[in-house]
Amino acid sequence: MSGFRYIGKDTPRPDGGDKATGKAHYIQDLERPGMLFGKIKFSEHAHARIRHIDTSRAERLPGVRAVITGFNTPQVRIGFLRDNLALKRDKVRQFRDEIAAVAALDPDIAQEAVDLIEVEYEPLPAVFDPEEALADGAPLVHEFDARGRPVESNLVPLPCQHRTGDVDAAIRQARYSAEGEYSTPLIQQCCMGTAGCIAEFDTHDNLTIWAKTQIPFLAQRDYNGALAAMGLKGKNARVIVPALGGGFGTGLDTHAYEYIAILLAHRAGQPVKIVYTRQEEFAYLSPRQSARTRIRQGCDENGRLLYRDVEVLQDNGAYVSWGATYPTVMLLPVTSLYTVPNVRFVATIAYTNNTYCQAMRGYGNPEVTWAIESNLDDLAREAGIDALEMRLRNCNEPGESTPMGLKVTTCGLRECLEKTGAGLEWKQKRGQGSAKRRGVGLASLIHTGGGGRIYRSDASGMILKLDDFGNVNVFHGGVEMGQGLHSSLTLALAESLGVTPSKIHINQTDTGTCPWDVGTHASRGAFMACKAAILAADKARAEIFRLAEELFPTLVAKNLAKLRKKRPDYEAPAFDVQAEAKAERFELCDDLIFLKDAPDEPWLKVDLAQLIRASHYRDQGKMLTVESFYDPPNELPNFETGVGNISATYAYGTQGAEVEVDIETGEIKILKMVAAHDVGKVLNPQTLKGQLFGGLAQGIGYALTEELLTRDGRILNPGFTDYKMPTVHEMSFPIQLEIVETDDQEGPFGAKGVGEPGLVPTAPAIANAVYDAVGVRLHHLPMTPEKVLAALQAKHGSAAAT
Amino acid sequence: MSEEISFELNGRPVRVAVDPGQRLLDVLRGPLRLTGTKDGCSEGECGACTVTVDGRPINSCLFPAPEADGTRITTIEGFLDEDNRPSAVQRAFAETAGVQCGYCSPGMVLSAAALLEANRDPSDEEIRDALVGNLCRCTGYVQIVDSVRAAAAALRGEA
Repeated sequence: MSGFRYIGKDTPRPDGGDKATGKAHYIQDLERPGMLFGKIKFSEHAHARIRHIDTSRAERLPGVRAVITGFNTPQVRIGFLRDNLALKRDKVRQFRDEIAAVAALDPDIAQEAVDLIEVEYEPLPAVFDPEEALADGAPLVHEFDARGRPVESNLVPLPCQHRTGDVDAAIRQARYSAEGEYSTPLIQQCCMGTAGCIAEFDTHDNLTIWAKTQIPFLAQRDYNGALAAMGLKGKNARVIVPALGGGFGTGLDTHAYEYIAILLAHRAGQPVKIVYTRQEEFAYLSPRQSARTRIRQGCDENGRLLYRDVEVLQDNGAYVSWGATYPTVMLLPVTSLYTVPNVRFVATIAYTNNTYCQAMRGYGNPEVTWAIESNLDDLAREAGIDALEMRLRNCNEPGESTPMGLKVTTCGLRECLEKTGAGLEWKQKRGQGSAKRRGVGLASLIHTGGGGRIYRSDASGMILKLDDFGNVNVFHGGVEMGQGLHSSLTLALAESLGVTPSKIHINQTDTGTCPWDVGTHASRGAFMACKAAILAADKARAEIFRLAEELFPTLVAKNLAKLRKKRPDYEAPAFDVQAEAKAERFELCDDLIFLKDAPDEPWLKVDLAQLIRASHYRDQGKMLTVESFYDPPNELPNFETGVGNISATYAYGTQGAEVEVDIETGEIKILKMVAAHDVGKVLNPQTLKGQLFGGLAQGIGYALTEELLTRDGRILNPGFTDYKMPTVHEMSFPIQLEIVETDDQEGPFGAKGVGEPGLVPTAPAIANAVYDAVGVRLHHLPMTPEKVLAALQAKHGSAAAT
Repeated sequence: MSEEISFELNGRPVRVAVDPGQRLLDVLRGPLRLTGTKDGCSEGECGACTVTVDGRPINSCLFPAPEADGTRITTIEGFLDEDNRPSAVQRAFAETAGVQCGYCSPGMVLSAAALLEANRDPSDEEIRDALVGNLCRCTGYVQIVDSVRAAAAALRGEA
């Protein structure tokens, strides 16, 4: 499709200027009158009974306004399975468990008071390995579930599996098979802006909370539940979202620190702010889950995939967040990346006394794609088929219905594979490895591209309020985290409504003013917002043109009268405005309303602001506000059977790597990356590139350097000194972007979601290139020099790896 | 305990009471009301708190406030054109997608500006060297480097 006025054109994002000049306001920058600062007392044990908490010295510290524990506040249950308490009572189950909190005049006093709180513990045996946690006799992390029923094991009760066809028969039938075990580590999301909130009550006990969240409306629901638990049933939480400083999944749950700020604010009778320091963020904010994956895949003599058999074990940590539902997204690549007729998937999630985990970009997808795509290269080698050719033979195609029941509408995977192959000079470079220690490899992905129904509603609402000045004030519940949502939304509205981008003003996301939206996750932000925008714009245009039918003839008559005052000799072209002024004959473009068949005369055009004022300032006048609510055509899957068309469309992509491996140091040097992504349609090239480059950089960190290290449940590297996310130097290799446009039928202007795909296939693409270079298969992320050397030595013996 | 120090902040004189152990970052964001400078890690690793002291970019989270006495300090708020409009470097970041969540942007802009003050035609490697102390989680740095290149061209009068 072509002919767009704004869509697809490189356009600076609306918030760029404020951010580049330091004028964007993050939670760190916000203050409220009378605001106090909160600090939390965290557990000093991984697993222990709380015997006694002595807060007396903290209470006496000058400047302290409130000291709370689980024993002097109402019990507030939190978490996806309500298995967590805002402040712990019976025992602690991880090092970061919240035991007490202080509100004080400044953060230093609050911290000093926290340090004065003394807790007496009775240490309990702990378990830190998910397999050990599921063994007989393992210490129980939870003795009871949220409803008080006794629990018999550390198995998290969230079954997720899938069975299609007969995998056992396919295993017998397969000519070639490959199997392996793969693992991925804990990853810190590393938002540059750390987590925080401000909680404030009015005299009616209604709460306003400025929260660093990606789910303002689900958060409202959670907070309202907490208010009820506090004896404030029926009171409301208004959630306001400041500039976010990055999200990456950290905002998909509500967090204990938020409930603690609420409890402190209510106790102190003053607003309370809690903001994590970087060290607190590393140690006390939930990271991406670690996962262990066992995989088997097999094919026939022609390389056609016959089966895929995947078992995943996730270390959940001590409490269940939304992040424990990663397997619901793992289902996508396991069942639907390439065409596989027989699929078996079982995910097991274990409670341990490690830090509990939450969502991160990709949401389970990178964890299993790491295993699937690494193992697929092994299978191709086993079958003696080129790895790219193998993927092309099994490529997904439009019209396909996958084992999970995903309805493949548009699918650019074949083109992504071909373009990646071309970008890597696959034919010349693949298999030339060992001599030069250079190699090429690739891997692909599928992800939700048209919303992701993991909740009963996957909808998104929008309100457009037009004012006397022709401004379009937008109220939308999605969250601009940095990804460029407001950029896409501005262009979508300008395009579909017919106003200039500078007239579009997107209001702060606020549950008090914006219509409901399930949250900014599953790469759904731009897809949903732009769809809601198109619906709202259609309504607004219908209303504008109806008003124009009524008011336009008078307004242009005035225009003409004015013109004739200036130019008495002006001869108007013959055109019967009154007769032509029918709603369906109007057009609105760049803020001007005109009749499509009218001569191109300035007086025959009416500014949108002029029309709104004419409608407003008259007897029984009216203003123009429209709303839309878009709920995509997708299904809430049955996760116990792993079937359901979770998204209205799917994003595909392939990334390729060319690497050089130093066999003396084990260092992997990336020479080039190719990233080919089916994005449906480009909305704004520069924000799209930001998402893809940024995702790829996170993929590089995941592949090579990042790992949150723990020992007996304690985080060992809580800072950027020892947790290595990529700097500009690690990203100095060339990246060839190949944008594939498939013009999706459901997508806004043809676009698909692109938020998460960028990091999904990066690690296996690199691992496959490493194998091509030096012939070793790496199974455990990150692929550090130590692991590469160990693999080389295992292959070649302890002698020089030649 | 506290002492009074004076320095030039964004072209204007200021006098402020500081404690011996206080960080310049907290003085800027607190009593001096300049919140454009961000606290990203408090250990000098991420560069979000970058300001320039006598033209040199430093991490204000590691810089003792008393040492600011007698210096000339520029924060992101002071890094504007004469008419208080975004400077060429800021415009380049805003227009070339060097900005995403924006939390690292003030520090990135100041590190880039310090480079371009000394070198109007930096190579990509020189740009990367200048930005290696500034972490960004959103962009993958590609369009940040593009922004600095665009800013350099603008400053050379080529844009």
